[in-house]
Amino acid sequence: MFRSNVLVCGGTGCTSSNSELIIDKLNEEIKAQGLDKEVNVIRTGCFGLCALGPIMVVYPEGAFYSRVTVEDVPEIVSEHLLKGRIVTRLLYQETVVDENTTKSLNETTFYAKQMRIALRNCGVINPELIDEYIAQDGYAALGKVLTEMTPQQVIDTMLASGLRGRGGAGFPTGLKWKFAAANQADQKYACCNADEGDPGAFMDRSVLEGDPHSVLEAMAIAGYAIGASQGYIYIRAEYPIAVKRLQIAINQAREYGLLGKNIFDSGFDFDIDIRLGAGAFVCGEETALMTSIEGKRGEPRVRPPFPALKGLFGKPTVLNNVETYANIPQIILKGADWFKSIGTEKSPGTKVFALGGKITNTGLVEVPMGTTLREVVEDIGGGVPGGHTFKAAQTGGPSGGCIPASLIDTPIDYDNLIAIGSMMGSGGLIVMDETTCMVDIAKFFLEFTVDESCGKCTPCRVGTKRLLEILDKITSGKGTMEDIDKLEELCYYIKENSLCGLGQTAPNPVLSTLKYFRDEYVAHVTEHRCPAGACKALTNFHIEAEKCKGCTLCARNCPVGAISGKVKEPHVIDTSKCIKCGVCMEKCKFQAVVKK
Amino acid sequence: MKSLAELQAIRDKARAAVNIRENAEAETRVLVGMATCGIAAGARPVLNAFVEEVNKRGLRDTMVTQTGCIGICQYEPVVEIITPGKEKVTYVKMTAEKAVRVVNDHLVNGNVVTEYTIGANAIGAK
Repeated sequence: MFRSNVLVCGGTGCTSSNSELIIDKLNEEIKAQGLDKEVNVIRTGCFGLCALGPIMVVYPEGAFYSRVTVEDVPEIVSEHLLKGRIVTRLLYQETVVDENTTKSLNETTFYAKQMRIALRNCGVINPELIDEYIAQDGYAALGKVLTEMTPQQVIDTMLASGLRGRGGAGFPTGLKWKFAAANQADQKYACCNADEGDPGAFMDRSVLEGDPHSVLEAMAIAGYAIGASQGYIYIRAEYPIAVKRLQIAINQAREYGLLGKNIFDSGFDFDIDIRLGAGAFVCGEETALMTSIEGKRGEPRVRPPFPALKGLFGKPTVLNNVETYANIPQIILKGADWFKSIGTEKSPGTKVFALGGKITNTGLVEVPMGTTLREVVEDIGGGVPGGHTFKAAQTGGPSGGCIPASLIDTPIDYDNLIAIGSMMGSGGLIVMDETTCMVDIAKFFLEFTVDESCGKCTPCRVGTKRLLEILDKITSGKGTMEDIDKLEELCYYIKENSLCGLGQTAPNPVLSTLKYFRDEYVAHVTEHRCPAGACKALTNFHIEAEKCKGCTLCARNCPVGAISGKVKEPHVIDTSKCIKCGVCMEKCKFQAVVKK
Repeated sequence: MKSLAELQAIRDKARAAVNIRENAEAETRVLVGMATCGIAAGARPVLNAFVEEVNKRGLRDTMVTQTGCIGICQYEPVVEIITPGKEKVTYVKMTAEKAVRVVNDHLVNGNVVTEYTIGANAIGAK
């Protein structure tokens, strides 16, 4: 029996800032102090507050340490674990009330407005120990389904809960299952889409890293509901930690007989295998994903027939997203009414967002549907840092759009986001401030889709390329007003004529920025000016003579020798030599360097 | 896995290990003085005895934790039990055996073990 538990985040974010070394050092120090029988060190999944990683939480006190380094470990062990004195300087400052008092994590602004269903076990359990998942009522939902419910009852519960696909499109999960269950076949499949590809989105990875069993359990439930005996998880090879923990989880579930033959003595057989994707964005599209599992080139095909009728290997298949699955065991245990009571009428439940960009608390948050963007950005996210102002938020990655500051009070759910020209997408939420150029952002996402277009259909393959060329022209100051009209026309053409979701949504970043920030496009064209000062071709660095003290710092740091001037006299930048790297602006102590 | 009972058995066993992570806002707190003076006087076996016994008794709303030196080093190991709405009880010169009795009498049955408290042991009390 351990008297203390030390939880260290083992998510990808904290791992990349050395949490593995911290765990090694902790074990070493604990052993040296003879505490190894008393203190248990546990590697968990993501806590969500990635901006403050590596994160360590010590129970029973619940002390939340942030930005821990390997050098801090001996102090934590000898002070806190041995002598019971919390190391105040390492505490997450939000939890510190005064010298002797701390408040619980759930009272901090980052966690207070969150509600964790899909992430309920992330940062709480050891994802590599099935027993800890079972301790949190894990596999109880599968037990209930197999011993007390008929497949039809399971589908009815899912329909009643109103759960919609968290991969982005928001199709009702129960309906998907109902269609697949209705189609007769000798073999069916229940698959999981873990090919998370949106730039900036990492919620699926975090669920798989922090709570892999919840996905396995839900897949088995889906298998029972539709009559499938085999499942596949399609996950990208770029997620090595998630892949490793999934494999450990599958092995442990098989050992316990929670996967395999005759689960819970019910006569139901179900097993799961992992299939690794090579990182093509298009393979997140369901038909392309299944083609890839079959061992063929990952290209989409025309629907119908939908996967519920002819999916993997031509058999009826359900394919759900990781986060969708992570909600299901809780819905079975607590009931459809409980789930419906959370969120909005048409979008029940919660949604996980990966907060990124110009925001203080970069990380993973889970909020009830209907929470406003303002609450997510200002309260949970801690606002825009550095005294800058919020300009827009981008949701849905390369398939989504921008929400301007004027719509910051929009309650977030599937239908509201579509109504304002964006989409939920998988849940990436990138915050932008006034230094971000909206034309440049549209160009960034277009570059991504041009790279990732599989090339099977012409509107997407050629159309996105042409879109990018026009954007290139505009951001380099050579665009005309006709180009903007052409851009818009081409966007609608690509949307209507592309084969799969990738092409159908690829123009969204352009369309939504045109809708809300058309003036920026116009400024690039008519005034040859980038209002945000982000487009290099349209920006010139300039030294304001009255502010310049002639300290020579800029001239000494300029990599191309474009700055000249005498000591104690105003300097000048030779714009023909300047490569617009911005070093002079960064180095100047008197704010004399400005972008024009 | 052949039955729900089998799953329940694993759950109950594993529950004890993760319980500790949810007790940060527990009702009753048992604070064991673990400064240098406390450790030297033998506070660690006392702390461990409390952890074992509280768990054995399944006291879900009790948290056993450490604290530093409260300044009465001659009485170490010192254990304080804080229950909201009641007066704080300070036990002194504790041992693992005494800890077991405190859990059973005080935490389970609500009877303070007066003979172990500082009041009964203070210099000049007898």
